[in-house]
Amino acid sequence: MIYQANDFKSPQLVRWCPGCGDYGVLSSLHKAMAQLEVAPHDVAVVSGIGCSSRLPYYMNTYGFHTIHGRGAAVATGVKVANPRLSVWLATGDGDCLAIGGNHFIHAVRRNIDLNILLMNNKIYGLTKGQYSPTSARGFVSKSSPFGTIEDPFRPAELTIGARGRFFARTIDTDVKNSQNILVAAAKHKGTSVVEVLLNCVIFNDGIHDGITARENRPDRTIFLRHGEKMIYGKDNNKGIVQEGFSLKAVTIGEGGYSPEDVLVHDATTADPSLHLRLALMDGNELPVALGVIREVEAPTYDCEMEDQINRVKAKNAARTLNEFLMSGDVWEVK
Amino acid sequence: MIQETKVKEMESVVIRFSGDSGDGMQLAGTIFSNLSAELGNEIITFPDYPAEIRAPHGTLSGVSGFQMQLGAKKIYTPGDKADVLIAMNPAALKVNAQFLKPHSVVIIDMDSFQAEDLKRAMFQTDNPFEELGLTSVQIVAAPITQMCKSCLESIADNKQALRSRNIFALGLVCWLFNRPLEIVEKLLSEKFKKKPNVLEANLQVLQSGFNYGHNKHASVSTYRIETVSQKKGFYTDVNGNKATAYGLIAAAEKAGLPLFLGSYPITPATDIMQELSARKELGVKVMQTEDEIAGICTAIGASFAGNLAVTSTSGPGLALKSEAIGLAVIAEIPLVVVDVQRAGPSTGMPTKSEQTDLAQALYGRNGESPAVVLAALSPTDCFDSAFWAAKIALEHMTPVILLTDGYIANGSSAWRIPDMKEYPDIRPPYVTPGMREEWLPYQRNPENGVRYWAVPGTEGFMHRIGGLEKDFTTGVISTDPANHQKMVRTRQAKIDNIAAAIPPQTVMGDEDAELLVIGWGGTYGHLSEAVEKVRESGRKVAFTHFRYINPLPQNTETILRKYKKVLVVEQNLGQFAGYLRAKINGFNPGQFNRVKGQPFIVSRLVEEMIELINQ
Repeated sequence: MIYQANDFKSPQLVRWCPGCGDYGVLSSLHKAMAQLEVAPHDVAVVSGIGCSSRLPYYMNTYGFHTIHGRGAAVATGVKVANPRLSVWLATGDGDCLAIGGNHFIHAVRRNIDLNILLMNNKIYGLTKGQYSPTSARGFVSKSSPFGTIEDPFRPAELTIGARGRFFARTIDTDVKNSQNILVAAAKHKGTSVVEVLLNCVIFNDGIHDGITARENRPDRTIFLRHGEKMIYGKDNNKGIVQEGFSLKAVTIGEGGYSPEDVLVHDATTADPSLHLRLALMDGNELPVALGVIREVEAPTYDCEMEDQINRVKAKNAARTLNEFLMSGDVWEVK
Repeated sequence: MIQETKVKEMESVVIRFSGDSGDGMQLAGTIFSNLSAELGNEIITFPDYPAEIRAPHGTLSGVSGFQMQLGAKKIYTPGDKADVLIAMNPAALKVNAQFLKPHSVVIIDMDSFQAEDLKRAMFQTDNPFEELGLTSVQIVAAPITQMCKSCLESIADNKQALRSRNIFALGLVCWLFNRPLEIVEKLLSEKFKKKPNVLEANLQVLQSGFNYGHNKHASVSTYRIETVSQKKGFYTDVNGNKATAYGLIAAAEKAGLPLFLGSYPITPATDIMQELSARKELGVKVMQTEDEIAGICTAIGASFAGNLAVTSTSGPGLALKSEAIGLAVIAEIPLVVVDVQRAGPSTGMPTKSEQTDLAQALYGRNGESPAVVLAALSPTDCFDSAFWAAKIALEHMTPVILLTDGYIANGSSAWRIPDMKEYPDIRPPYVTPGMREEWLPYQRNPENGVRYWAVPGTEGFMHRIGGLEKDFTTGVISTDPANHQKMVRTRQAKIDNIAAAIPPQTVMGDEDAELLVIGWGGTYGHLSEAVEKVRESGRKVAFTHFRYINPLPQNTETILRKYKKVLVVEQNLGQFAGYLRAKINGFNPGQFNRVKGQPFIVSRLVEEMIELINQ
């Protein structure tokens, strides 16, 4: 390898709370960048505001810690200005889906080549514990002492609703899989959204435990791999099958289900309907999907902009303001 | 009935084209002004259009106008009152009656002055001229609609005939001003080159409009305006928004940087985005973003990545951008924010012009958040002001807010295409390879306090910046109290230092006068004309007009303290006057303030100045 994970670590002391899920993401990112063989000076990490948005300070790359919710817009400008940079956005559920919701959906819609790390701990941590747009209905927090009376966003649904072409999900502590997923996100041309199920030890400890705790993970999650059968479970005998328009979790060998009945994951189909259903599996009847759920090729905004400029240049000889002005409606005073 | 034509020789003349907003008055006006400019007249134009795209036909709220002043000598404004009005319907006559000189020529389409039309424009009687008290005007009542229909009978339908009324009127005006039709024909051919049928119809009605004037109305006075001896060179017609776009392109060329614009449609600033988005052959990158905030935030990203980055907007949009301007202030990155001011507050009067965003530009941010503020003086000055805004932003690593306004943004005049050799280079303070070992992100040039620019992609200069306060030396985030105070003062000093990099303020007129008139930004034309008229009346008056507002030129205080009487004239309730009071201890000028959403009336300014001189 040209670069080691250490080459991407900045000298600054990391100041998240001990046990914070952000450490896992940071570590996965350092490793992913080394694996990607990208030079630290060709990387820009942009963020908004919140605990997770401190991440750029801990990267030995170019970094920009901006303002609340606007990271996606700033990152968009960075990428359009210099498409040769590898551009990352570190953001949280409040930053990305509340105050920054508009920028998020439009970045996804434009399919600009950004890698968005959406660290979802379902809480506002830096302001000390208010509910977020991903908190479940009825969630009790400092700003919802009697429980919330609103439904949460589901990041996958929002991404796919905004015509997202890449959506993946991972768990903060699962560094190995996270690293691979981040590499896949970086290699994908277009907006990649990676939702990280992340724990806040102080204000929302254990919020994802029902899914992510070691003992729950085998039966409550499924790791999707393109081209492989959707099989999961402690004993590797559970599978996802399609019945009518719905998905169903079955035990292979029971109820007449054989391995042939189990769906094979195709992340690359343009039709998002199955991806959406997989992404919305919630760990109750159906396991929560991890891994790359959707990865579809489409034109990217940054390339399209360069192409369009080149096409216009090919048809038009003016290269300076003066040449352009003189080619227009002018008259001479002698 | 051909008679000898009475030809009035005039130094300048004011013409107003007016009709329904769908009548094509802007087009007829633009063509006539381009024609006159090409013939060597001085020109200033101003479109006055309603907020509604198509208000109900023939009603007062739907009247759209286009005013211009043509002159043989230097012209500063589109003029106060019209010598010639083209009123396509009774509503247009009613709305414009107040802008008419006593013996002006009024051309109307008599076919659209029928009883029903008069009712729609809320006339009580069947004689609109008498009802409006227009007793001395010279009326040219032409059956424009009928003439268009009969002239186009064989080649176009009724709808097309009605659409050509504006060009018939244009032909009539060309006759009134002894304008050859060849240039108009050329301009129309360019405009309608993809619609040969429309072009053919327009060329026919143009000629018949001219013939109609020549044959039927030879008794009305016609006009002759001498041409001016202008500076040699190539000229084009430009409005303020286009000139702003060109100034930014010129600055990008001088700096050797790509130009990036992030923007969101807003009246009256949208033309800047439209012009730049059409300039792809020059490599300009334009993003029409999801909102005003994304407009500035994409620009901030592009600036971080090493482009000349700009966002354009109007007052309400500037309000939305405030927080992000603060980010550019504390991150110390170059950024140009163009605010084409319009009448506020809130949505206000979007198509009308004011100077009411000055305080917002100066102070409208949280924290001690100093930014450079410039204001363009005229449509063509938008080019220079945009160029200088970009130069200051890039060389001093700061956001610069450029204030223009709806009046100069849409007003146009002939513009000599600049020789870029006459403009200075732009040299951003890039890091150099030799600095690599010792460099820190907020290390400053000791002379002007400007930090160095390390653009992503440069090897060995990786660094992190952001909206948090940072240590003066290391650039690492810091909440140390003494450091914060030092950084607040450092950022302020950096902006104050720019006073040394801008030209000194100049005084026009009589330097030994008792009265000094002060203006800023887009009122330059009206103030210049008013001051000139006061001086022509034999009185002494001095005049200074500000383009650089924050910081002020270094000699500002010296100038302001020299005069016994001072009058600050602006289209707000005294924002610049208040700013000067705060900056210059004990300075207490008089004020002349009008906030009507309309340009100043020169004659009113003249009265005010003379009154002050006589006091």
